[in-house]
Amino acid sequence: MPRAKHVFRTSSPMHRTATWADAVVVVGLAVLLYAGVRLALGAPAAIRGPEISLAPSALPWYAGLSCLRMLAAYLLSLLFTLPYGYLAARNRRAEHVLLPLLDVLQSVPILSFLPVVLLSLTAILPERLAVELAAIVLIFTSQAWNLTFAWYQALSTIPMELREASAAFRFPPWLRLTTLELPFAALSLVWNSVMSWAGGWFFLMAAEIFHVGQRDFRLPGLGAYLQEAASQGDAGAILHGVGALVLVIVLLDQLVWRPLLAWADRFKLEMVDGEGAPSAWFLTALREARVVAWARSAVWGPVLGRVDAWLLARMPSPTHFGETTPPAARWGLAAVGSLVLGYGGLRAAALLLAVPLAAWAAIATGLLLTLLRVGVALAVALAWTVPLGVAIGSSPRLAAWVQPLVQITASVPATALFPILLLAVVRLPGGANLAAVLLMLMGTQWYLLFNIIAGAAAIPQDLKLTSALLRLSRWDRWRTLILPAVFPFLVTGAITASGGAWNASIIAERAEFGGQVLSTSGIGSLIAEATATGDYPLLLAATLAMIVTVVLLNRLVWRRIYRYAEDRCRLE
Amino acid sequence: MATNGELVTLERVGQVYASGERPFFAIQDVTLALREGEFVTLVGPSGCGKSTLLRIITGLQRPSEGRVLYRGEPLRGINPHATIVFQTFALFPWLTVLGNVDIALKARGLPPTLRTARALDLLDRVGLDGFEGAYPRELSGGMRQKVGFARAMAVDPELLCLDEPFSALDVLSAEALRGELLELWTTGKIPTRAILMVTHNIEEAVFMADRIVVMQKDPGRVVTELQVNLPHPRQRKAPAFLEMVDKVYATLAGQTQPEHIEMGSAPGEPGQKRPLPHTTITALAGLLEHVATRPGDRADLYRIAEELGVGSDHLLGLTEAAELLGFATVTGGDIALTPLGETFAEASILARKEICATRIRRLPLFRWLLAMLQATHEKRLERDVAHTALELDFPAEVAARQLETLINWGRYAELLAYDDTRDVFYLEPAGAATAGHGGTAVKEE
Repeated sequence: MPRAKHVFRTSSPMHRTATWADAVVVVGLAVLLYAGVRLALGAPAAIRGPEISLAPSALPWYAGLSCLRMLAAYLLSLLFTLPYGYLAARNRRAEHVLLPLLDVLQSVPILSFLPVVLLSLTAILPERLAVELAAIVLIFTSQAWNLTFAWYQALSTIPMELREASAAFRFPPWLRLTTLELPFAALSLVWNSVMSWAGGWFFLMAAEIFHVGQRDFRLPGLGAYLQEAASQGDAGAILHGVGALVLVIVLLDQLVWRPLLAWADRFKLEMVDGEGAPSAWFLTALREARVVAWARSAVWGPVLGRVDAWLLARMPSPTHFGETTPPAARWGLAAVGSLVLGYGGLRAAALLLAVPLAAWAAIATGLLLTLLRVGVALAVALAWTVPLGVAIGSSPRLAAWVQPLVQITASVPATALFPILLLAVVRLPGGANLAAVLLMLMGTQWYLLFNIIAGAAAIPQDLKLTSALLRLSRWDRWRTLILPAVFPFLVTGAITASGGAWNASIIAERAEFGGQVLSTSGIGSLIAEATATGDYPLLLAATLAMIVTVVLLNRLVWRRIYRYAEDRCRLE
Repeated sequence: MATNGELVTLERVGQVYASGERPFFAIQDVTLALREGEFVTLVGPSGCGKSTLLRIITGLQRPSEGRVLYRGEPLRGINPHATIVFQTFALFPWLTVLGNVDIALKARGLPPTLRTARALDLLDRVGLDGFEGAYPRELSGGMRQKVGFARAMAVDPELLCLDEPFSALDVLSAEALRGELLELWTTGKIPTRAILMVTHNIEEAVFMADRIVVMQKDPGRVVTELQVNLPHPRQRKAPAFLEMVDKVYATLAGQTQPEHIEMGSAPGEPGQKRPLPHTTITALAGLLEHVATRPGDRADLYRIAEELGVGSDHLLGLTEAAELLGFATVTGGDIALTPLGETFAEASILARKEICATRIRRLPLFRWLLAMLQATHEKRLERDVAHTALELDFPAEVAARQLETLINWGRYAELLAYDDTRDVFYLEPAGAATAGHGGTAVKEE
């Protein structure tokens, strides 16, 4: 599934360095978190979780619920993406605000929001509804940003002459959207949807199994099923659960994503007939089916035509040069924005001042320990993915049978397997620590592996031949060709991987398993504990500290490495 | 309002880009009229704003100064009576040939039944019947451009604007398409009242147009208009035709000016600035060698364009560089090598580098850059610093191109080194050594 990830990887604007805009965005997040924490003060002290049945007959029901949550979040993401990207791409002023915002949101560890969102929603809504909503919001935050970036990037890279053509022929906005903008973005949107769904499972499972102290936020679904099964040590149920999860993911891949990808291939911009266009059996079957053909000509086509004509008539073509928004409105908006930010920022600061010095020290140590764990997980992942990835990438024969295997394995969200992992390591010395690192590893290694495979596969044949002709030794070949060629891909993978690892820390460092609390120090366990005990100032401080740390790491470390890799090692 | 058959009237139109503190004119003070029944071409070196002018006339771009009138009425927004054929076709790759024509009609709000019949008729007229269902990627360049023409015709334009429509085609397709367009135009088979074509191919302009508007750059402006009174079909080898081509070349290539005017002034100094032509010394050497093979070391510019198969755009840039470095002079559309140019053409590579170095060092831009490098402590200069300084005199993208040319020429002449990974200019040999790869050897001033 993530085969061509590198192709449509939305590149965040990596050339930007930290600016005042980043600071504003971080303050904005602080205000948002503060508002959440304020709401959370009214959160019930104990929340009863759902009864999870381990009967295999319950599995389809749970699978359906999980899928529905994903679908709801995905639709929400699309709804957010289209106007946001449009505004950012078409309005210069909006771009200056929206783009940095998106950029920071992309590098924020999303799971760190989960406790605040859960607590604040349970304070104002009925418990079950609140938890459902929190899960959907969480998945939304994991799916939306890269889709939005893809859409924004597509909009801003539409070739000048196509834009001019649609202007010269006076396309009404609706026509421009349907014949130019959406088709141009289609391929990238579909690819990013695939990625969003893959990432979404990770967060869905995390949300479904979240459980701290008296507060059981679990949701009936595949994740909770697996957790319950592991908790009871029921091997049969574990097998059923994993099987159901894999089946759901494979079915979605075969029945939804592959057909969509094959269909979207027609929107390639290339003016050359491509070889090896993707195909999907399900799409072929759909195209051949009479029922589908009938539905298209009798139902779908006319309805679409009607809607199209109606919308076309609603939006007349522009006849005049664009008007600009009056400056008064802009200033008004800016004033309201800064007022909210200023007031909220002050209140958040006041709450943060209530955090004792000792707690700040604990936060600092926690950050350091988690950073160490992330580092270890990355190092272990690199150690095995680089040799294997290069081997797969440079040997089509090996790739042919390893790749599908790896893809299936990788498609199972690491968070779903976490309870099972706990079952395995719970009795080992340093079990919690080991489990945390292992979960980080499981969640991150695939990003690295797929990127390295892609990088190795992209090494031009002539360079490989040249190094063979020069009779370079194995070491020299690695040093002068393979490592530099793979490096940009490796960095891209590592950035995503480290983001994933930080996310994993929220559920990895403190878990409740079979009535027993497995905990190891770290920022993740600190946040989880603050959630369990209702220590709201600490919750705000720790969450904010984690966000700032990860954003800074991205800005100051990863971005530099990335730029270096792109400048020096990218094979064009 | 009386318009005297004037379709388009430009009154003192200008396009200013504010970059930093100083405004730059992409186009300045252009006054021009397009009358019914005319085929007008815009020619000029790259950067003279001919495409910008075309976009202003179609309403794709709003001029920052002056007025655009269409049939006496001021133009606000896209001109509904004009349409464009693009250099790169601008077809929607996901629509079929039919779909690409249909979409223009759909935008005009025609009902589907009418659209299909009309689109098929148009495709028929340009000779694409049978290809309705094909996708653009399945067609050759010439056929794609035919779709472009059919789509433009679909909206019954009074004014047909062509933006270098033949320059992305192979020679044979371009020639065929030119003939077909001329036939449609001269026989009145299309309702078009006037055609405005931008081209960098001077021969093409003389071949097709009734009037040639010649533009110059820095700032973009109209320098002259030439009436072409040759009957169609025009014979390319006819003396009158060649004379016309020569005349356009003579206007465009101008006359070699006294040195101080030719070179312009250095950044930060008063006086007219002259950007370096964006060419490489290697290409310049090729031109000089070619001219050296001609009797008397002189040649007609339009002949060279034909012989070398280079566009007039590129050729004009090369002659400008040759004049600037004192290798050649241009008079009346002819280029002649100076004794220095002859020496250069015959010299070995090392000798060429020597000659180049002595000549380049005299250019104000190089004098300025080398002086800045000398003045710095470590004989090195960040690209950004140089770029910022240049941006005071040139628009941002021109400044970037100036730096590229400076790097190319400076490296060739071994006057300076440039480290691409750190974006730094170097002067000292020691600096070049630490620069590692990316820098060439350096010679002290």
